[in-house]
Amino acid sequence: MKTIIGLEIHCQLTTATKLFCGCSTDYQNDPPNTHVCPVCLGLPGTMPSINRRAVEYALRVAKALHLEVPEVSEFARKNYFYPDLPKGYQITQYDKPLAVNGYFEIEDDGGAERKIRLTRIHLEEDPGRLVHKGGGDRPKYSLVDYNRSGIPLIEIVTEPDLRSPKEARRFINRLRTILEYLGVFDGEREGGLRIDANISIEGSDRVEIKNISSYKGVEKALTFEITRQKNLIRRGLKVVRETRHFQEARGITTSSRGKEEEHDYRYFPEPDLSPLMVHGWLEGIDLPELPTARRDRFMRDYGISLNHARTLTGAIRLADFYERVARELEPVFAATWVADTLLGEVNYRGMDISEVRPEPFIDLIRMVAEGAVTDRSAVDVLRIMLDQCMEGRICEAPSEIITRLNLGKTVGDDYAEIIREVISANPQAVEDLGSGRKEALNFLVGQVMKATRGRADPLELGRLIMDLLKEEGV
Amino acid sequence: MAVQEIPWTPEDHYNAFITICGEAPAGKTGRLAGVPVAVKDNISTQGIRTTCGSRILENYIPPYDAHVVTLLSNEGAAIVGKTNMDEFGMGTTTETSAYGPVLNPVDPTRVPGGSSGGSAAAVAAGMVPMALGTDTGGSIRCPAAFCGIVGLKPTYGRVSRFGLIAYANSLEQIGPMARTVRDVSHMMEVITSVHDPRDSTCRAQPYTHIPQSDIAGMRIGVPVECFGEGVDLRVAESVRSAIGVLEGLGAEILECSIPSMAYALAAYYVICTSEASSNLARFDGVRYGPDVDVKKVWHEAYRDVRMAGFGTEVRRRILLGTFALSAGYHGKYYTKAQVARQNVCRDFTRILSDVDVIAGPTMPTLPFRLGEKTDPLSMYFTDILTVPANLAGIPAISVPCGRVDGLPVGLQVMGRRFDEERVVDVAYAYEQEVQA
Repeated sequence: MKTIIGLEIHCQLTTATKLFCGCSTDYQNDPPNTHVCPVCLGLPGTMPSINRRAVEYALRVAKALHLEVPEVSEFARKNYFYPDLPKGYQITQYDKPLAVNGYFEIEDDGGAERKIRLTRIHLEEDPGRLVHKGGGDRPKYSLVDYNRSGIPLIEIVTEPDLRSPKEARRFINRLRTILEYLGVFDGEREGGLRIDANISIEGSDRVEIKNISSYKGVEKALTFEITRQKNLIRRGLKVVRETRHFQEARGITTSSRGKEEEHDYRYFPEPDLSPLMVHGWLEGIDLPELPTARRDRFMRDYGISLNHARTLTGAIRLADFYERVARELEPVFAATWVADTLLGEVNYRGMDISEVRPEPFIDLIRMVAEGAVTDRSAVDVLRIMLDQCMEGRICEAPSEIITRLNLGKTVGDDYAEIIREVISANPQAVEDLGSGRKEALNFLVGQVMKATRGRADPLELGRLIMDLLKEEGV
Repeated sequence: MAVQEIPWTPEDHYNAFITICGEAPAGKTGRLAGVPVAVKDNISTQGIRTTCGSRILENYIPPYDAHVVTLLSNEGAAIVGKTNMDEFGMGTTTETSAYGPVLNPVDPTRVPGGSSGGSAAAVAAGMVPMALGTDTGGSIRCPAAFCGIVGLKPTYGRVSRFGLIAYANSLEQIGPMARTVRDVSHMMEVITSVHDPRDSTCRAQPYTHIPQSDIAGMRIGVPVECFGEGVDLRVAESVRSAIGVLEGLGAEILECSIPSMAYALAAYYVICTSEASSNLARFDGVRYGPDVDVKKVWHEAYRDVRMAGFGTEVRRRILLGTFALSAGYHGKYYTKAQVARQNVCRDFTRILSDVDVIAGPTMPTLPFRLGEKTDPLSMYFTDILTVPANLAGIPAISVPCGRVDGLPVGLQVMGRRFDEERVVDVAYAYEQEVQA
């Protein structure tokens, strides 16, 4: 049974001011209703004036994703009543969107590149936000915060080209990466991305899932919905064409049949805004280096592997971080440390790379490169550094941590005694080694490492053990 | 700027005002220094309540000034009060106001016209020398004609609408009303003097004209449709003789035809009600206006607030507009009305490439008696001669042209887009000639 998925992705643009007024969009840490003015509150008599930068940002996305920009596009009113909607309509675009017919490539489940077609991109304003108060599941009343009212959004609509929840997630991740590279979107911002999904099993009716507001949520919601629909079909029941809501906390979708669904939005052109004629702006829109180009450059300029290059360019901040490190240290060595070690530790802690300061990290792995600390000790130090940073404690310099925990690499002579003990305690391993079984050496090295709490360099230890055995004539 | 307080506590015999400021600050310098000016109550005034003639905005005090109000104040004018009007501008008589009807100062048993009836009455009664009105389908020109004063509806996009509480955005303009063409022209100069980027539909083209009475050689078109069915013969006669005066001043009179006028009224009512149904959605009691019963679910609270706050005519037009835009009827009504509007625009462009201005009656009838028009359709019909200028976005002025049985008649002069100057000149020439 073939699965057919199409997505509508709403993302907030990172302009400094709102779409139709001069209010600041930087409200995240401020009290409710402090970033508002008569225009975004929809007070009587106010009129929208379009934010030029928002149009430019949207055009940047359109250009990067290969969409056509028609000569004329138009804003329209989407009419509906809701307490978070101050004008009783949302200014959006309807039958004349800003850009149409584009595509971009993702890897399908088999790893091959595949084009996902994009139907359109349009600009619209965000409504305000309702905050439900007074008692858990059954709120007694709601408050409205209009700080978000008028934040510019773009809605990106795909053709029904996606075939699996995993693919949908890859699509969203890749889209997020490109939007961040374009400098128009901040993936870390809460509520910055909201997704509606249309999903059907070939031959059955389609269902719309609304209210998906996280990257992981997409895969979860779609997986749940596919199972639900397939089960219906298996039992010989019909999939009802409807809108369902994704309940993030429970990981399920629920039907939202009823009044809500019978909306007739009565679209008509917004009379207070002239048609947009911005086709000519495209030429002047310069695109920055995008992920694929950066990946190829990393391989070419730094000589790193495809896998490392792909990982490191997967998020713009990570790529910037890597380049900073690669300026100071050998790039292939730096790539291993950033892509394999650091990224793993950061993800494990649910941190973002932007929370990691590059300088101490560079200091730490420079000590590794210079042989002052072993790989294993360096990982321990890194973990301590990240924990301190994440918990908001005072961040010690790596050298301080090394001194404090006495993790500095010690020279070989200090280990002669320990090695002798290990050798005498493991005659079987020594014999195996003598009869040519190389794994026995690893075992012995491991035993010594254990006894030295990892401070020693395993390569050096191997050499020392062999030397000692030779001395003793084994 | 030096400021003086103008005490202003007139007797309001005609219910022209909803709010009288009592004392109003005015400048000692500027083109309108110390001049008391009345402002229609759908134009936002900071700190002065602005009701739109509706219960739903009874206690609404705007936190900002409309652009035109800022310009008037900057030139020293004193905003002395807010004038009565048909609720949200929806009417032709000022009887739909929630604050009671305005009486016509010429004959208090009759309506002053609408919807800017309060502004017209305040000027006609001599309470103020000039006032701002707004015109969506004739709301400046109709009361100007009925009260015997001058009123100009500017070209769509000549005056900033920022701060005007929208009824039908694509049609309406703020414009000056006064007793003389010269005063109207003067006020027009002030309200277009500084471009307003907050109104994207407004062009930076200030009006800086001194009225000229020499109209020799000007070509004036007279559409046959303007004297057709439903036009009072006495009104027609007055207007024809006024056009004769213009001919006597050397203008060339040419008969013409606007076939699309047959559809203009229907198109107008579909478009203005559609836009109104959306514009008035914001009056939900959440941010301002009457208190909402918070113990109800929101859509029931909305319904109650809107039911109590809007009058019958407003509710009728919201329903009409909602219907015209709804799925299944959109193409039949809204889309068709836009086509008809295009035809009206084309007709005017064609005619106005041939003649300089178009002249005819402003209203097809004399002022009605209070309470006379009870059937909405027959009231809508009286807008037949004024709505074409709104559909086409062209400037149009109404200037008094004599009386019938003591009741004023208005001559309407329409011109090309952004050619207020010529429209004003024709009105001025006529006014000067008949006064002399």
